[in-house]
Amino acid sequence: MGQFLQHLVNTLILGGTYALLGIGLTLIFGIMRVVNFTHGELYAFGAYAVFALSMLLGANFFLALVLALLGGMALGALIEIVLLRPMRGADIDTTMLVMIGAWIIMQNLEMLTWGGVAKAVVTPFPEVPLVIGSVSVSYLRVFVLVMALVLIAATYFLINRTKLGKAMRATFQDADTAALMGVSINRIYTATFAIGSGLAAAAGALLGPVFLAFPTMGDLAALKSFAIVILGGLGSITGATIGGFILAFVEELGAGYVSSGYRDAMGFVIIILVLMFRPTGLFARAERIG
Amino acid sequence: MTGTREPLLTVEHVAVHFGGLVAIADMNFGVHSGEVLGLIGPNGAGKTTAFNVITGFLRPTKGEVRFKEVSLNGLKPHQVTSLGLVRTFQRTSVFQDNTVVGNVLIGLHRRGRATLLDTLLGLQRETESEQELKEEAWSILRLVGLERRAFDLASALPYGDQRLVGVALALAAQPTMLLLDEPVSGMNASETARFIKLLGLIREQGITILLVEHDMPMVMGVSDRIIVLNYGRIIAEGPPAEIQRNPEVIAAYLGHGARRVHHHA
Amino acid sequence: MRRAFALVFLAFLLTLPLWLQDPYLLHILITTGIFTIAAMSLNLLLGYTGQLSLGHVAFFGIGAYVSALTTLGFDVDIGPWTFVHEPWPVMAGFVLAVLISGLCGYLIGKLSFRVRGAYFVIVTISFAEVVRLVALNWVDLTQGPLALNNIPAFALSVPGLGEHTLWGKVPNYYLVLAVAVAAYILIKRLVGSRIGRAMVALKENESLAVSVGIDVTRYLVLAAIISAALAGAAGSLYAHYVKIIDPEIFLFIYTVTMVIMVVAGGKGTLAGPVVGGLIFGTLPVLLRSYLGPEFQWIFYGLFMIFIVFVLPQGIVPAVEQRLFPSTREPPPEALATVEPAKGEPQ
Repeated sequence: MGQFLQHLVNTLILGGTYALLGIGLTLIFGIMRVVNFTHGELYAFGAYAVFALSMLLGANFFLALVLALLGGMALGALIEIVLLRPMRGADIDTTMLVMIGAWIIMQNLEMLTWGGVAKAVVTPFPEVPLVIGSVSVSYLRVFVLVMALVLIAATYFLINRTKLGKAMRATFQDADTAALMGVSINRIYTATFAIGSGLAAAAGALLGPVFLAFPTMGDLAALKSFAIVILGGLGSITGATIGGFILAFVEELGAGYVSSGYRDAMGFVIIILVLMFRPTGLFARAERIG
Repeated sequence: MTGTREPLLTVEHVAVHFGGLVAIADMNFGVHSGEVLGLIGPNGAGKTTAFNVITGFLRPTKGEVRFKEVSLNGLKPHQVTSLGLVRTFQRTSVFQDNTVVGNVLIGLHRRGRATLLDTLLGLQRETESEQELKEEAWSILRLVGLERRAFDLASALPYGDQRLVGVALALAAQPTMLLLDEPVSGMNASETARFIKLLGLIREQGITILLVEHDMPMVMGVSDRIIVLNYGRIIAEGPPAEIQRNPEVIAAYLGHGARRVHHHA
Repeated sequence: MRRAFALVFLAFLLTLPLWLQDPYLLHILITTGIFTIAAMSLNLLLGYTGQLSLGHVAFFGIGAYVSALTTLGFDVDIGPWTFVHEPWPVMAGFVLAVLISGLCGYLIGKLSFRVRGAYFVIVTISFAEVVRLVALNWVDLTQGPLALNNIPAFALSVPGLGEHTLWGKVPNYYLVLAVAVAAYILIKRLVGSRIGRAMVALKENESLAVSVGIDVTRYLVLAAIISAALAGAAGSLYAHYVKIIDPEIFLFIYTVTMVIMVVAGGKGTLAGPVVGGLIFGTLPVLLRSYLGPEFQWIFYGLFMIFIVFVLPQGIVPAVEQRLFPSTREPPPEALATVEPAKGEPQ
């Protein structure tokens, strides 16, 4: 029982960041119909940014987190403007090819910059974990969960309560009509991509210090984001939020009770089950076919 | 066949709702073998929705469609086609990147006899089957009058000819009954006249036709019987001459303002 | 014209080992040939049905592992049972590799073609990752990161002539060439047939294809099976040629290599993957002596973007348009022989 509670706590902490990853990806897909293969690399970017700022340049840890988020947004905006804007109107497969190209480039640039050795980030939080009954959790992890929840809430607020969010939702419904109503599609797309990328970078910035920053972390993050988004339904933000927690839960249990070697395979198991029983995801509007 | 013959196609209590919106309320009609039935009605009356339901592209909320006394409920579109119920689409419906004859060959899909193994091993049956398909393709092209454009890309053809390719494609799928969705919209007068002639030829082959069309003179001229839809309901049914005099029909069209019964699309 | 060109090219490949004796260059050609077969198989899915399989390397790797394990033998404990498999001949390994890869293609196709598009891409990419994890963690069977070593060389048993083991580079070169030509012919027949027309039709306009009676799912799954089986064949050749395989074989970057070969050469053309395969099979070797592998992958990424922006159709269609501008879409040769002949065939 105590072990199970521990798994639940771990699930919450991991799930928060997974939800961030999922929301970022699903936002971009829902509004732009782009499968963002650079998502995982933006996650890695966040982790390395925190490492570089706080460990190499000696910046304050919290400032480093904020800068990583902003840097991720800027990088996302850049990718959108340079690579995606000229491709407007191209079919989804063509954009996928470009994004795959960008993925490879970013991943190997990371590799060249940081080398193959994992990097650790030291945080201002005490090393001694917080122990409540049979459950122990580090202060850093609690902080990660709180920050993730704050960012999720902020994203919801942005989309549901702001003018930009309203324009994004209109574009999500029907880009052509939104354009006719005076929404600048280019600006919405850039903003969407920047926000989605920022969320990925934030997830990396938060998890990087918990685990380590290593060059292939982006690949796994990308695959997990895909699983989360399929689970929740492509384009559904609520789905991605809940999907993030479900994936974390399944991974925790899988690693705890099956085999830790297959922890990262759980996402695929979820994808298969979803496709078998509810192909459009748990919360989805169906992807239009034909 | 016994006493009361069931029509070739029967639409029975079909209703389609999109969320709260009622696209088709309660539709009942039959199409008899050999007949040309025109389905008309103002924009948004539910004509294309009816086509989609009949051909399996859309599940009806209620009701049943039967073809040759077989229920089509739950069948996929390609299975409906296999029964001999073939449709065309509004606007251009051709494979743009293929040649005209290539289009017809695609349409002849169900006619091929070669198995996967025949194909992979290049066996005789593959060669024979391909030869048959090509001959068949040419005879369809001759029927619609496109044999001279056979090797042109479908997208390179003028609009009217592209519509003919669409019909050739449907004919290739061996229809017992053909559903034509606004076949002459966008055609000029001479193209329309040519199409009406083609319709006669198709009819001569014993193919039953259900026609949705906005071009009133055309649809009144070729149809044996007309059904008028408005707001998802059938408001009138009968021979063209009767329909043209029906006050409810005239009111329905006038109610929509722009489009009159005699308005040429 | 094209046929003549193809024959000249084939003759060139056939005579190549007669004057090219450098074993290193032959080695490059052999691996290039193997990857070209994989690229051809990917092209069937990506080029002809329009489905982007980003886990194609999984089928390749499964073929390699199946073939290696069949010929090496293994004993595995699953629960209370122990499975012992004695080594079988290489030919059996090759056949099993084709069959099991094809079966995997069937399962993945069945699973993901219900929704398609982005889903298919994501399912295939995750599938490859899971297969990699299995290869890494099921140490009993695969030796995990220690790799499968001492995989036997390909051996052809010819009735009456006994068994011939292909030790040297030259016999392996001809083996790969033979399989590549066979794969090319199979794909050519397939795409030129009613089945290929159905695939192209559903890629171009699915509703319309369905309306003439084409069962979309059936042909997508069929394409996935054949494509996976061919990739499995390439994987088997690879295993018995390099004689050592480890879970690295499932790395995403190899799928990317295949995708680049197809997209750069020209997807949906028969010659595309061959041209792309030759370029991207030999290019890295030239680059490798000057640059680290990261630069090679960065170059691949840049090239991918470049191709999509500048030459979206790929090299082969672009060159064809340049060479034969008038016959952009030449009529299928056979068709011209059936000019409008009235009257019934006798």
